[in-house]
Amino acid sequence: MTSAGGAADVVIVGAGVAGTAIARTLAAYSLDIVLVDAAVDVGTGTSKANTAILHTGFDAKPGSLESRLLGRGSGLLRSYASAARIPVERTGALLVAWTPDQVASLPGIEANARRNGYRAIRPLRAGQLYAREPALGPGALGGLEIPDESIICPWTTPLAFATEAVAAGVRLQLSTRVTGVAAAGDVHELATTRGPLRCRWVVNAAGLGSDTVDRMFGGAEFTIRPRRGELIVFDKLARPLLRSILLPVPTARTKGVLVAPTVYGNVLLGPTAEDVPDRSDVATTGAGLRSLLAAGRRILPGLAAEEVTSTYAGLRAATEHSDYQIRVDAGRRYACAGGIRSTGLSASLGIAEHVAELLEEAGLALKPRPGFAAAPPVMPYIGEAGVRPYQDAAAIAADPAYGQIVCHCERVTRGEIRDALASPVPPADLGGLRRRTRAGNGRCQGFYCGAAVSRLMAGAGARAGAP
Amino acid sequence: MSAGVVVVGAGPAGLSAAAELRRLGAGPVLVADREPEPGGVPRHSWHTGYGLRDLRRVMTGPAYARSLVSAALAAGAELRTGTTVTGWTTRPDGVHAVAMTSPAGRQTVEAAAVLLATGCRERPRTARLVPGDRPAGVMTTGELQQRVYLGGERLAGRALVVGAEHVSFSAALTLAHAGADVVALVTEHGRQQSYAAFRFGAAVRWRVPVWTSCRVQRIAGRGRLEGVEVADVRTGTARFVPCEVVVFTGDWIPDHELARLAGLAMDPGTRGPAVDTTLATSLTGVFAAGNLVHAAETADIAALSGRHAARHIAAGLGLELVLALGQGLGVGHGLGRGPGAGAAPLPVLVEPPLRWISPNAIGSAAPPPLGRFVLRSAGFRRGARLEVRQDGRLLARSRPVRLIPERPVHLGAGWLAEVDPAGGPVRVITCAARRW
Repeated sequence: MTSAGGAADVVIVGAGVAGTAIARTLAAYSLDIVLVDAAVDVGTGTSKANTAILHTGFDAKPGSLESRLLGRGSGLLRSYASAARIPVERTGALLVAWTPDQVASLPGIEANARRNGYRAIRPLRAGQLYAREPALGPGALGGLEIPDESIICPWTTPLAFATEAVAAGVRLQLSTRVTGVAAAGDVHELATTRGPLRCRWVVNAAGLGSDTVDRMFGGAEFTIRPRRGELIVFDKLARPLLRSILLPVPTARTKGVLVAPTVYGNVLLGPTAEDVPDRSDVATTGAGLRSLLAAGRRILPGLAAEEVTSTYAGLRAATEHSDYQIRVDAGRRYACAGGIRSTGLSASLGIAEHVAELLEEAGLALKPRPGFAAAPPVMPYIGEAGVRPYQDAAAIAADPAYGQIVCHCERVTRGEIRDALASPVPPADLGGLRRRTRAGNGRCQGFYCGAAVSRLMAGAGARAGAP
Repeated sequence: MSAGVVVVGAGPAGLSAAAELRRLGAGPVLVADREPEPGGVPRHSWHTGYGLRDLRRVMTGPAYARSLVSAALAAGAELRTGTTVTGWTTRPDGVHAVAMTSPAGRQTVEAAAVLLATGCRERPRTARLVPGDRPAGVMTTGELQQRVYLGGERLAGRALVVGAEHVSFSAALTLAHAGADVVALVTEHGRQQSYAAFRFGAAVRWRVPVWTSCRVQRIAGRGRLEGVEVADVRTGTARFVPCEVVVFTGDWIPDHELARLAGLAMDPGTRGPAVDTTLATSLTGVFAAGNLVHAAETADIAALSGRHAARHIAAGLGLELVLALGQGLGVGHGLGRGPGAGAAPLPVLVEPPLRWISPNAIGSAAPPPLGRFVLRSAGFRRGARLEVRQDGRLLARSRPVRLIPERPVHLGAGWLAEVDPAGGPVRVITCAARRW
């Protein structure tokens, strides 16, 4: 249903969690949509390397766009996740004060949460903290309980959005970097590394590149200042050490170092916060890892005896502004959803809904697609809270490949790997396969399965005619 | 479904235990292994030197693995590969219900005794907290050998090996076989630790330098590995070494997931389950053998450890045949005499520079596998005498020994009869040691 002149109605630049959410939201309407990303897969930037928390937005700045979209988006994502089988666990969070100054700031944080519309927050005394988290390090003086803070799978989320969008007719073009734009009447001609793309409207959801794309459309209101966060993933055997997300008292600069369970059954420690000049520098550093371990020893001393499974770093798309940079230029037929920092995952569906409303106000006709019924896709379940295929007698009886474990540490079966390789949005490399199945993410880091998983991936590449 | 004994792991320890259990008439023996083929690590270790102490002949890893598999099958053990033991529960009557997943489905097997022989693995780059990028081309010896020997992969380019112990030389040989140029072996220690570099051939022995007192402190490369930063641990000066492959070798850790999930008492030194000299764990009827309790000894030592555990399991099952063997098994022991059962066993503790001892508990006067304890040291020492003390009382003092990190040190067990069962923990310390 391409418009006259071969131009798409909308090109969305960036297939991270925001771009894919916008794509699946707009896909409900009679629009020809192209979703492009410079990377080989969806969700490879900030979306893949974060703290994997589904925030309530209790600590957002009241009255900000971030606060509003976070409140709206986290509720939407909670329902969406349960329909799409995106792993989510409502563990709750405890915000722990370790100094008298931090204790003094707790009432302010609580009042802030209420101004954000979050009322379930409540103060806890030190004894109550230790009753809930017996392994908490000594010296906690008090805290706050935020019972609705949850953990989520950051990989399945954009993948589910992209899968839904593709099923609804959105064309996903990966390995396609937008390098410039020229206007020709009422059509934009985007120059990309894979040739020109013509469209009537452009949505910028380019994350760490969102200011670069914004400049192409005459914007100058914000500049991305990448802030690197290093994180440490501890072995699953550390999981019994805690029940909730353990948050520090935030400072003006960062939310600080937290300890949280993951939906894969690990324990996450991080992030650091360091401004870096390079928008692709996701290396970990000796100093960063040492500072995290020191913080971890204070918060949860039992971590010191446990093995580290993995370390990684992500870049937050921070700007000089504290709020999201979302606006629509009706004259240029251009929408910008930039400067989405660490809360983008939780707010994604709120951001998408907001962008769709702004586009409609600016003149994009949002006519329901005839016969279209929005339905989240049912994603392969890769969390620990539900039944995985290796535990599912009926699934194995129906298909023995679900009983053939290939990745032993994460108990990933050949059936799951096969399904991922044949899925509508298939992985392009081992990292993509890991994000879809967890294969190779475990404590051995490939000692047992690295060779076998690589062979399965290479076999799929050969069949697909990939180089 | 019911089996007399379930053995978890079909490596040298598990297969040898299964054959011995059958030979002793222990009833049905089921060996479960999660890999598609039985044999454990020797399957993909192509150098020779296997089988010396258990089979009394020397062969390559794969030949050794086949030999152990044949022996277990010939003895009547059932081998189930592609079968993952996901956990077990112990009923009040002491029967263990072992849960397994395989392409045949989910099954629960009942067992009077369980032997954990899950082996060990090398700690990967992440666990060693080596920072930097996360490119492809960074692996352990286990992954390298499976890629090259089971997958037939070629690896072109320059390779760096982290470690200078036995397995490090094995990795260098594998890299040479795969077509890579081995730049160097890198060790933080002041000297290399393998007595057996010669076993791995002149190519490795003569052409590959060992960079001592050096540490890989950063990995660089987006997508593909470009190189690593190597620092001198004494001066801190670092330089960049371009390479396409880096192999992290040694630094073994037992595969203790099942042991920990079952709540077995763990030994902080070995990081495997605590075991007494019969290789009984803290849970009645559950034994542990091989590199799960001493990571890592050579395959033949792991095999003999499995055989040792098998004899005590059989004895515990009340098999007179075993008692008639007169193997010096000690008296009056049974499956209920492991650490934590009945009279609490005495822990055996070590002090630095010693890192661990195995077995690490005393529940009876039964001698340990091969009649000796095995230990590891964290530092190089010479002229060291090992002293065994209980409550300050000297039980034994060894002859002077040389301590080398990652190399086994042995301690005789003649002093076991001197241990006071009502006394405090037994401590093993070093004295008169000189650094070198």
